[in-house]
Amino acid sequence: MAFTLPELPYAMDALEPFISARTLEFHHGKHHQAYVNNVNNLIPGTPFEHATLEEIILKADGGIFNNGAQVFNHTFYFEQFSPFGCREPLGALKDALDRDFGSIAAFTDHFNKAAATLFGSGWAWLVVNIDGKLEIVQTSNAGCPLRDGKKPLLTCDVWEHAYYLDKQNLRPKYIEDFWKVLDWKVISLRFGA
Amino acid sequence: MSFELPKLGYAYTALEPLIDARTMEIHHTKHHGGYTANLNAALQGSGHEGKTIEEIMKIAGTLPAAVRNNGGGYYNHNLYWEILTPGGSKEPRGVLLDAIRESFGSLTALKDAFVKAAITRFGSGWAWLLLDNNKLVVSSTPNQDNPLMDVAEVKGRPVLGIDVWEHAYYLNYQNRRPDYVEAFWNLINWDEVTRRFKG
Ligand SMILES: [Fe+2]
Ligand SMILES: [Fe+2]
Repeated sequence: MAFTLPELPYAMDALEPFISARTLEFHHGKHHQAYVNNVNNLIPGTPFEHATLEEIILKADGGIFNNGAQVFNHTFYFEQFSPFGCREPLGALKDALDRDFGSIAAFTDHFNKAAATLFGSGWAWLVVNIDGKLEIVQTSNAGCPLRDGKKPLLTCDVWEHAYYLDKQNLRPKYIEDFWKVLDWKVISLRFGA
Repeated sequence: MSFELPKLGYAYTALEPLIDARTMEIHHTKHHGGYTANLNAALQGSGHEGKTIEEIMKIAGTLPAAVRNNGGGYYNHNLYWEILTPGGSKEPRGVLLDAIRESFGSLTALKDAFVKAAITRFGSGWAWLLLDNNKLVVSSTPNQDNPLMDVAEVKGRPVLGIDVWEHAYYLNYQNRRPDYVEAFWNLINWDEVTRRFKG
């Protein structure tokens, strides 16, 4: 089964000025597309030829894992933005964030720190852990929390390609702008409430 | 004693058009400058302040991540700027060329191995040509690790290194890492590589 690149659920310039059309064109059209192409080229003749992305993330290693997980991670990342989204957590998700982090401000600080300090390429995530508690984790390169049995809710791509055209070395500025295009409605749907 | 960001021996425009001045300036002042400042901060009160950067690299695996990461970033970028010094020989010659032929068969075979290591390093990192017990070998390391480190899979003395963090090429080449690697190959100052080879 060949994977395909999902279309963005918004126009290339929809997230400007926070994430530029040029960044999205490369990030979606080149990087995400390359991960799709690579995994499709790698799986024929392997046990993963008919696997889902989730199965690849749980069981594969090397290039199949790296490219398969990056397909999942990027789809998950791009789907959570919207030009007209809900800019703050609400309802049951807000209650759970308050419960597990103390406050929304404390959650945001913690997440920002995780995204800013991941050294090299990788991702910062808000996840539901095995005990049903919300938790912030960092993964390197293609790492994905599904691999550790955690349910991802929200992710920030901190590979330099996610922000270098717009912000160069200023990763914290990218993280600050990330919140301005995040749609918490999508995160609530993932949370299941 | 604290480490200082070395001045480049050439202008930021010197490697254009293959590496643009804006990339050079941000890479040197912000990234390399950041590693330098963070290394000094991480070393403060650590008991390792008097050591050379090479001594720190040798025990990097036993030190806090901030020392390993920023110390590697400091050392690696020092090497990178020197390798790219404009002028000098565009081809390896003499003893270095002999050693390349002995280890790889030909200069073309070395280039193929080096380019492959640089292109296939997934995520951020470096590809290297290094001396391992008097033999030249190619390797790659993640993030800011390098072959001097106790944690390196392939250990030895680096004679040539390419930065394949996206910050090294994204403004000019975006996702096209292979084009950047090809450009880098054409900018190598082989006199400087020979100097490092001779130790
Ligand atoms: Fe990405
Ligand atoms: Fe760099």
